[in-house]
Amino acid sequence: MAVLTEEQTMLRDAAKGWTTDSAPVGALRKLRDSKSGQSFDPTAWAEMGQMGWAGVVVAEEHNGSAFGYLGLGLVLEETGRNLVASPLLSTALIAASALGLAGTDAQKTAWLDKIALGEAVATLAVDEGSHHAPARTALAAVKAGAGFKLNGSKTFVIDGDAADLLIVVARTSGKPGDTDGLTLFLVPGDTAGVTRTHLALADSRGAAQITFTDVSIGSDAVLGEVDKGWTVLEPTLDRAYAGLAAEMLGTASAAFDITLDYLKTRTQFGQVIGTFQALQHRAAKLFTDLETTRSCVEAALEALDAGGDSRALASLAKAKASEVLHLASNEMVQMHGGIGMTDAHDSGLYMKRARVAEALFGGAAFHRDRYARLQGF
Amino acid sequence: MADFGGTELDAFRADTRAWLEANYPPSLHAPMGEDDAPWGGRKMVWKNPDAKLWLDRMAERGWTAPMWPTEYGGGGLSKAQNKVLEQELRRIKARPALMSFGVWMLGPVLLEYATEEQKKQFIPGIVRGETRWCQGYSEPGAGSDLAALQTKCEDKGDHYLINGQKVWTSYADQADWIFCLVRTDTSKKHEGISFVLFDMTTPGVDPRPIKLISGSSPFCETFFDNVKVPKDQLVGKLNGGWDIAKRLLQYERQNISASGFGGGGGLDLIDVAKKEVGVDEAGRIADGDLRARIAAHRMDAHAFALTVRRAEQESRTGKGPSAAVSIIKYAAAKMNQERYELMVEAMGLQGLGWEGEGFSKDELNVTRGMLRSKGNSIEGGTSEVNLNVVAKRVLGLLDHQ
Ligand SMILES: Cc1cc2nc3c(=O)[nH]c(=O)nc-3n(C[C@H](O)[C@H](O)[C@H](O)COP(=O)(O)OP(=O)(O)OC[C@H]3O[C@@H](n4cnc5c(N)ncnc54)[C@H](O)[C@@H]3O)c2cc1C
Ligand SMILES: Cc1cc2nc3c(=O)[nH]c(=O)nc-3n(C[C@H](O)[C@H](O)[C@H](O)COP(=O)(O)OP(=O)(O)OC[C@H]3O[C@@H](n4cnc5c(N)ncnc54)[C@H](O)[C@@H]3O)c2cc1C
Repeated sequence: MAVLTEEQTMLRDAAKGWTTDSAPVGALRKLRDSKSGQSFDPTAWAEMGQMGWAGVVVAEEHNGSAFGYLGLGLVLEETGRNLVASPLLSTALIAASALGLAGTDAQKTAWLDKIALGEAVATLAVDEGSHHAPARTALAAVKAGAGFKLNGSKTFVIDGDAADLLIVVARTSGKPGDTDGLTLFLVPGDTAGVTRTHLALADSRGAAQITFTDVSIGSDAVLGEVDKGWTVLEPTLDRAYAGLAAEMLGTASAAFDITLDYLKTRTQFGQVIGTFQALQHRAAKLFTDLETTRSCVEAALEALDAGGDSRALASLAKAKASEVLHLASNEMVQMHGGIGMTDAHDSGLYMKRARVAEALFGGAAFHRDRYARLQGF
Repeated sequence: MADFGGTELDAFRADTRAWLEANYPPSLHAPMGEDDAPWGGRKMVWKNPDAKLWLDRMAERGWTAPMWPTEYGGGGLSKAQNKVLEQELRRIKARPALMSFGVWMLGPVLLEYATEEQKKQFIPGIVRGETRWCQGYSEPGAGSDLAALQTKCEDKGDHYLINGQKVWTSYADQADWIFCLVRTDTSKKHEGISFVLFDMTTPGVDPRPIKLISGSSPFCETFFDNVKVPKDQLVGKLNGGWDIAKRLLQYERQNISASGFGGGGGLDLIDVAKKEVGVDEAGRIADGDLRARIAAHRMDAHAFALTVRRAEQESRTGKGPSAAVSIIKYAAAKMNQERYELMVEAMGLQGLGWEGEGFSKDELNVTRGMLRSKGNSIEGGTSEVNLNVVAKRVLGLLDHQ
């Protein structure tokens, strides 16, 4: 655990207390079984907003607390532990980052102030296929009068159904695969020509497929500079990678803790199963992996707070978190034996969240490749 | 089949081929859907009457259990003839006439342990697919340690009285009868277990379906509340059920391994990867990391298939079961899980849909198939327990004291 300031410790403890009491894993199960088609529980999100969590990375002049990425990472880790469904990632981390990095005063006032209070849900609409590939953006933004017209589609936009604001990555020049020629636009969710379809993912949180048909927007909707969107998008995505890694670390740690507890209580052959070395070594190995992952996640978040190039660390964190969560969720089911296969047990919820989080914003393979490229090999 | 050769076998092949040509219902050439599985039994609803016809025709010759003695309705075929029959069935891509725990697991042990009356009473119904059986083994407190089972069976003079709970009884709600392990002596562990058979409609039997992480499932928890069982439905000796139980488990593992878990959702991993992640100029899967892992998996799967083949050859040439047999269930589970994980990864988020719009049927099947495959290393004995068995029985390593 990084050395925390007193404020950070308080934030983490508050997050731990609230998730345990108000948003345990059972809350996700309830959301799932309600079949409402919602990606998160609005009441819980409102409470999180009241506690200030939506504004952790937002500057004080925009209602935030400017606690930084390590601070938000602490909250994300706690919500990850209990699989809390909320727009913390999409809104408080990713959208708030993009606006904070590149927003004009007017844009910040219009959106960041509300986001920080938990009064607006915002998300980044970047991917157009089933795999994370930000540069492959094809959605076209064509100059039209004083503004632009958007045509194309995005998919697996997290919290996309509920979002009041979509930060849309569009192509204003070049071709799919280029990092030049991208532009980010702020598009209110209810803009004419925006159609959203809910995608029910295995982790019960959901995402949206969004089509843009002749969507007209003004030039004041450009976030950053035209054609230079990559300079905003890439650092925003680094924040997404690191923050999601923090959430996944929490999910993996909880999966491990629950499993460890079971190893100490389940009896077979007249002994607790934790006495079997076949399981002991795997638990010990998993623990080692969790510890090394924690170092990576914390280093990435700290680097973001310090400024400077945190790209390799962000990919390191997301890759390691994906690997460790994959392993922890598999081991959770396996070490619980048959009961881990039942829907009534939480193992399945952890495994389903694991797989979706692994694939979101690039899996381990994507980040290994990016890490290698960034290091020049 | 030069090794078995002989004109008699050639004649058998010719007859079999002709019979199949005349008797295999043409409507069954379409691929078998999930709800077409011919489980038989009193509750079976035959969607396609030809599937029932196929069962009846095969059962008449005893070919639903080709190697069982004819006096109980079996086919009475030799090993060599059975091989020919299997080949000819495969040649016309015939659907199974009957899928049956009775044929796979119970029948073989009845032939070995049951009384003459019991064989006459139960085996013909298995062959004809009239009685559908389920397996009452696992209990909440007795999984890997199956011999810890607690379901109580008391001698009440003219009948037994059974109380307790089973879990993971596949298709218990669809089955007619159950073969069940019960505790008849609480003072001993392995030597206090008996093997009994009873009708699932007996008052006090209550199967309740269990939902799995992959969705609804054929599994049940089954409760017994003062279930009265006639005493002649005990198989083998009182308190002698453990040997029968173990023998039956061997048949079960054999069947599970032979099935190879059949995974992948019927899709080709490489086709899917090429389509979903694209190809480079040379036509290779564009994601090098994924490609390398798919290649490694393919090689493992190839090595596994060769091992299965070698084990089969060795057992046929009479060298007895090779050491490879013990690792097959373990390896098959691992293989299937790996294939599903790679498939999900190749599909990206498209392979993680749960229901509703935006996902194809294949994609949804892959998500659920991947989750279901996690049970492969648990069902029929966990991988850990299988490896323990290999370590002890095959490698001669002793327990840590
Ligand atoms: C390069 C090298 C440098 C060394 N330098 C020093 C030194 O400077 N000073 C010094 O005092 N010694 C030194 N050693 C000795 C070293 O500490 C011992 O080799 C080591 O403790 C293992 O003991 P062993 O060789 O007797 O193997 P064993 O204890 O016989 O172990 C054999 C195998 O059994 C495994 N095993 C043993 N017990 C268990 C268990 N309970 N559970 C699971 N597996 C188990 C071991 O992990 C190992 O794989 C050195 C050894 C090497 C190879
Ligand atoms: C999908 C599915 C289908 C099934 N179908 C049937 C069925 O049809 N009929 C039936 O009777 N049962 C069935 N089972 C039950 C299955 O046989 C048991 O779940 C299995 O034997 C494990 O028992 P358990 O669940 O109690 O786990 P436990 O025995 O509690 O095991 C928990 C963990 O401890 C490990 N462990 C236990 N003992 C040891 C040891 N000595 N050394 C090392 N590790 C150990 C296990 O490997 C596992 O990882 C099914 C199970 C599943 C999941």
